Amino acid sequence: MEHRIEKRIELKAPVSRVWRALTDYREFGEWFRVKLEGPFVPGQVSRGHITHPGYEHVKWEAVVEKMEPESLFSFTWHPYSVDPKIDYSKETPTLVEFRLEKTPGGTLLLLTESGFDKIPSYRRDEAYRMNEGGWSAQMKNIESYVTPKP
Amino acid sequence: MSRPSHSRSNPRPRAPAHVFAALGDQTRLLLVRKLCGGEPRSISQLTRGSRLTRQAITKHLRVLENAKIVRCVRSGRESLFEFNPQSMEELKQYLEFVSVEWDQALARLKSFVET
Repeated sequence: MEHRIEKRIELKAPVSRVWRALTDYREFGEWFRVKLEGPFVPGQVSRGHITHPGYEHVKWEAVVEKMEPESLFSFTWHPYSVDPKIDYSKETPTLVEFRLEKTPGGTLLLLTESGFDKIPSYRRDEAYRMNEGGWSAQMKNIESYVTPKP
Repeated sequence: MSRPSHSRSNPRPRAPAHVFAALGDQTRLLLVRKLCGGEPRSISQLTRGSRLTRQAITKHLRVLENAKIVRCVRSGRESLFEFNPQSMEELKQYLEFVSVEWDQALARLKSFVET
């Protein structure tokens, strides 16, 4: 079982418009609230900083993975922190994927963030089933966040 | 249970990387599975049925202890280990934060491309 966050959102805009908003680094920065240093290039590190007032010191760093025009944009990143003493390389990297599909009303955007798969899959475990303790409820809560919604 | 405190656009909090990392090992997962019922167990009990030595099991238990996934409690001369459910709460809150964060970012994207 792979743990991931999945979101789907219907956008009343053509695929080409959404693609630009995702992959033009200035447009991306507008809605994501990050000031990026330069364009996204597959295989290269994208750097910038958060633009939200009070958080300008927070760095943004990602490695662009795929840019398949009007179809798939993906990057990996290390979840950032306000603490400059933290070594980001020790953080769990996750993969963010934006997939676009043309719909009659515009564009369907599917977003996934995965890499939370280090969370153990207790549900399938026999021992776990025998131990219906307080934390089985907690695990169900975790799974509700990481299991794709139908 | 308290909700994670965050407002719009706050940067993502630290991933509980130590918890993710500590769980990313088959032996340690097995140990957590044995302990998550709530009953504290001794190193001998946890070593039983394993191909690993007591020393190796102890080492893995220390990793779990450092990540606060298990706690060491003493019972007489013996060290017992018990599961700490709070560590899973931390994971849950982190994932909840990530989920809300994306909802907000996508709502901004929506208004950005639709206007």
